[in-house]
Amino acid sequence: MSAVTVFGSYAAAAVGLGLYGLIAAPQPLRKIIAFNLLGSGVFLLFGIVGRRGAAAGFGNDPVPQALVITGVVVAFSATALAIGLLLRLFQITGSTTLNSRAAASPRSDPSGN
Amino acid sequence: MFEIALAVVVLGLAIWTIAVPDTYSATVGFIAYGLLVALIWVRLDAVDVALTEAAIGGGLGGVVLLGAAARLRGTEAMTNERPSLTVRLSAAALSASIAAALAVAILLPPNPAPTLAPEVVSNAGATGMANPVTNVLMAFRAMDTMLEKVVLLLAIVGVWSLASDQAWGGRPGPRHQADPNGVLAFLARLLPPAGIVVGIYILWTGADHPGGAFQGGAVLASMWLLVIMAGLMDTPPVRSRWLRLVLVAGPGLFLVVGLGGICFGSAFLAYPAAFAKPLILSIEAAMLLTIATTLGLLLAGAPERSAER
Repeated sequence: MSAVTVFGSYAAAAVGLGLYGLIAAPQPLRKIIAFNLLGSGVFLLFGIVGRRGAAAGFGNDPVPQALVITGVVVAFSATALAIGLLLRLFQITGSTTLNSRAAASPRSDPSGN
Repeated sequence: MFEIALAVVVLGLAIWTIAVPDTYSATVGFIAYGLLVALIWVRLDAVDVALTEAAIGGGLGGVVLLGAAARLRGTEAMTNERPSLTVRLSAAALSASIAAALAVAILLPPNPAPTLAPEVVSNAGATGMANPVTNVLMAFRAMDTMLEKVVLLLAIVGVWSLASDQAWGGRPGPRHQADPNGVLAFLARLLPPAGIVVGIYILWTGADHPGGAFQGGAVLASMWLLVIMAGLMDTPPVRSRWLRLVLVAGPGLFLVVGLGGICFGSAFLAYPAAFAKPLILSIEAAMLLTIATTLGLLLAGAPERSAER
């Protein structure tokens, strides 16, 4: 089996696992991790496409590689923003649940808003 | 053989990350996962991506997740109400069919596979740089790279907006204290001089070899954070003017050069051929500063203390 077959199957599996975690995980932080796993699978699929497009002396097509590098940085920014939102939610309500019925009654925000 | 072993270990870590009940363990699993995925990128002959993935995906991303997992540990008992079995089974069926469809699509590609590599080679002389990935990032698809700088800026604006009224404009994160004679303080004095040189070298060598502003910026950001965590330096107050100037330096210079392309060249972001390499290297230098600062500040999070304290 070639690297493309092995890693291609794995990348598809990672997308599936990430999607399942995104839907089924109860904690928001776990959803963020699952979403990152999904993203890593999508990036790897790009890498496989680039590997198949190896030509002109390159082991991997440079165009998808450049797109993935940009994607990794954007994914990190989005993760940091999502975690910032989550920590702020925790700071204000004292819990991180997304379930409005089960949400704890909002406590007064010590920082005054 | 090595590929199969690597894929099995990575798949095991991915399953662990999704399935383990404890969030902290899942986070640790995800960090190990990020580092091993960098190895996959090396095996796929994409060393530039491997460097980025190891530094940003595995390293800094792991630190953000770990910090959040530690702070939210107490809430776990409150939010472990899983969705019903029906929801979980449908989610599993949906995910499995999407994974299967992707596997079919990726394993049965058109033959010959589409590639843009020959175009990259035939235009490589236009910029005077030998690293094909840097060429794509900075010249052929410069618009993506510029907009990505804008995304970094938007992310930092978003994170800062989460500050409470009292902490607005103040310093992100707690003031770190460390034993001034301890290992952390020692490393924070020893490593940054070498780390800064390595970061700048990675930027410089990115013109011709794997490397570039993203990877170098991540190294610089981790050096900065090391000094902050050792308590040798405090996080800067976000109202500080120089900080904001550094944050807009990368996208700003990129925009100026892009607009210059309209005035003196043929199109937005068209570099005049004679100055392509110096222009790209100056944009990359400004980007390095912006990326390092933004990544560090994204890790530090929303302002929590007023600037005076």
